[in-house]
Amino acid sequence: MSWKTIDRNQQVVDPKAPPVLTEAVREKIRSFFPRYETKRAVLLPALHIVQDASGHVSWQAMVEIAGVLEIAPSDVIDTISFYTHFWTEHKGKRVITVCRSISCEVMGGAAVLEELKTRLGIEEHQTTPDGKYSLVTEECLAGCDHAPCLLINEKLHKRVKPADVAKLLADPENDRIPVPRSDLFDAPKDHGAAEAGVGTTSDVQEMREA
Amino acid sequence: MASFEPVLLRNLGVENSRSVRVYESRGGYQAARKALKMTPDEVVEEVKKANLRGRGGAGFPAGVKWTFLPKDRTRTLLCVNADESEPPTFNNRVLMESDPHQLIEGTIIAAYATRAQIAYVYMRVEFHEQFHILQRAIDEAYAAGYLGEKIFGTDYCLECYVHRGAGAYVCGEETGLIESLEGKRGWPRIKPPFPAVEGLFRRPTVVNNVETLCCVPHIIERGANWFTSIGPPHSTGPKLFCISGPVNRPGCYESPMTITVRELIEREDMGGGMLKGKRVKAVLPGGASMGVLTAAELDMKMDFEDPRKYGLLGLGTAAAVVVDESVDLRGVLRNLTRFYGTESCGQCTQCREGTAWMYKIATRIAMDAGRLEDLDIILETSRNMGMMPGLSICGLPDGATYPIETLIKKFRGELEAAIRAQPPDRAERVLKVLN
Ligand SMILES: Cc1cc2nc3c(=O)[nH]c(=O)nc-3n(C[C@H](O)[C@H](O)[C@H](O)COP(=O)(O)O)c2cc1C
Ligand code: SF4
Ligand code: FES
Repeated sequence: MSWKTIDRNQQVVDPKAPPVLTEAVREKIRSFFPRYETKRAVLLPALHIVQDASGHVSWQAMVEIAGVLEIAPSDVIDTISFYTHFWTEHKGKRVITVCRSISCEVMGGAAVLEELKTRLGIEEHQTTPDGKYSLVTEECLAGCDHAPCLLINEKLHKRVKPADVAKLLADPENDRIPVPRSDLFDAPKDHGAAEAGVGTTSDVQEMREA
Repeated sequence: MASFEPVLLRNLGVENSRSVRVYESRGGYQAARKALKMTPDEVVEEVKKANLRGRGGAGFPAGVKWTFLPKDRTRTLLCVNADESEPPTFNNRVLMESDPHQLIEGTIIAAYATRAQIAYVYMRVEFHEQFHILQRAIDEAYAAGYLGEKIFGTDYCLECYVHRGAGAYVCGEETGLIESLEGKRGWPRIKPPFPAVEGLFRRPTVVNNVETLCCVPHIIERGANWFTSIGPPHSTGPKLFCISGPVNRPGCYESPMTITVRELIEREDMGGGMLKGKRVKAVLPGGASMGVLTAAELDMKMDFEDPRKYGLLGLGTAAAVVVDESVDLRGVLRNLTRFYGTESCGQCTQCREGTAWMYKIATRIAMDAGRLEDLDIILETSRNMGMMPGLSICGLPDGATYPIETLIKKFRGELEAAIRAQPPDRAERVLKVLN
């Protein structure tokens, strides 16, 4: 939670560059408008949508989001710099978030983190050279009954032991959540949407029609 | 005491408990139907009579909070606080995972009682599975006509949206939550005005915790008298208790507020005792922010009043973590100070600097480079940053003060011994690296 300052003469966005937000992403952002009294309140959903689609929120994306929400780009930067979940630079395809709070520490979370660092060959807040994994730590994930725990993208892994780490990293499905997805927010891109066999909210739609 | 039938967790472990059909087959949505036949003021009165104290940490009676809304308001908003970021708390997660419709029903009733038109569930982003579970339940409720236009065939309309956070503890503070919902930094607001008068989008707003709202349907269904018959008079109703750390059955358990910390750890149907060979050194019984107990203080009652007698801030989130004898308390001190140091939002100088200093000093101590006077410096810092001396906008620094102060006061001997036992040459080397 810190301030980000940039030199005002420094050009951060090329005004002639083609837009980075697709029409589908813009439409998804606009679909949140009816929920709130102001367009600015759609900023957090918008940042989630953009980050899920592009893996991070670039400077240019911020300017374009500001355009869609009819607010100043500086408002977007002001908000985004507050939250740990939004990234302004590329991360790996899968982000591993290790809990470092008290229950996980007491239950041996530090050893799991060390094992991850060794296996991946990176430190906290770094990304593997092949772009597959980034490693970060966070405060309590509210999974303390399963301590020590960590998230791989959206999936919570429970009671992880250092000896499990190698297998966990090798598992191609280690970021899939086992519940039907709502289509309001997509899975981080590169990982496909809902898997075959797992329903989405559209089957609630079917239920409604039935 | 007669054995206690779970209320809030009664659907836990039932097959398909997340589906509206199973929820209804077990009596779900009857309370909401009943409430919508009452007047909003009658619902408020019933909740007030039940003395339902907020489960989010402060313990403020929900019914009383609802009466602070201006009488002549035209638009009201309800925020459901599902930010749950206090370590080591996970009871809201369990409620939303196992029984999302219970929360929706509580939300409908609370919204009706406060005449709210929109309910926003502010949910921390790390709850990915829980988001999809709750959103699906909301979609089901819309499809069944329990949300949206003309709920249960009455004239009452309510929209319910989930708003996902983005990783900040302070967004659990009610005005930080409101700012975050408005698309801004989660900076708590100066009060007054309180949210009930001027909250989200400057409208009268009620913020309630998930567990608080989950109690509401049961109060309406079975009556305030039933609710007050559970637990002591100052702490009525069923309550969820979390236990984590080196115990046999870490988890979330339901009980009246009559149990002690020892029972929570030891009882077969709760923590199930310590893991083999481990012994209790310290317990943080109410979430990280309430303070620390020693192994000799485990007879503290887990209710809203008893914790104060042990020098704690309050019941907090009633989430206990056990620290066993093998753990170095200097590490615990560092872990706790780091949490507040990184999660302070930085608006108030005393909180921003104080929490950061405490973390810096605790790091030094944990790395074998402490000085005996460091403990007093931490204590002095902690006395000079909270809402209690009137130096901050929100309660985060008070929550930072209690665990640190109680840890140092109750375990001073051990901490001092560890500092005395530091190898002097190592201290010098560490200090060179740190400074
Ligand atoms: C720093 C801070 C963090 C908080 N975090 C939460 C939280 O994660 N969840 C919650 O329900 N209340 C949290 N609270 C308490 C809320 O401000 C508020 O009291 C509560 O949501 C009111 O609901 P209740 O009356 O139903 O308990 C927090 C308070 C502070 C000062
Ligand atoms: S007390 Fe701390 S967390 Fe609360 S508003 Fe002030 S700086 Fe932010
Ligand atoms: S302390 Fe790690 S999930 Fe709560």
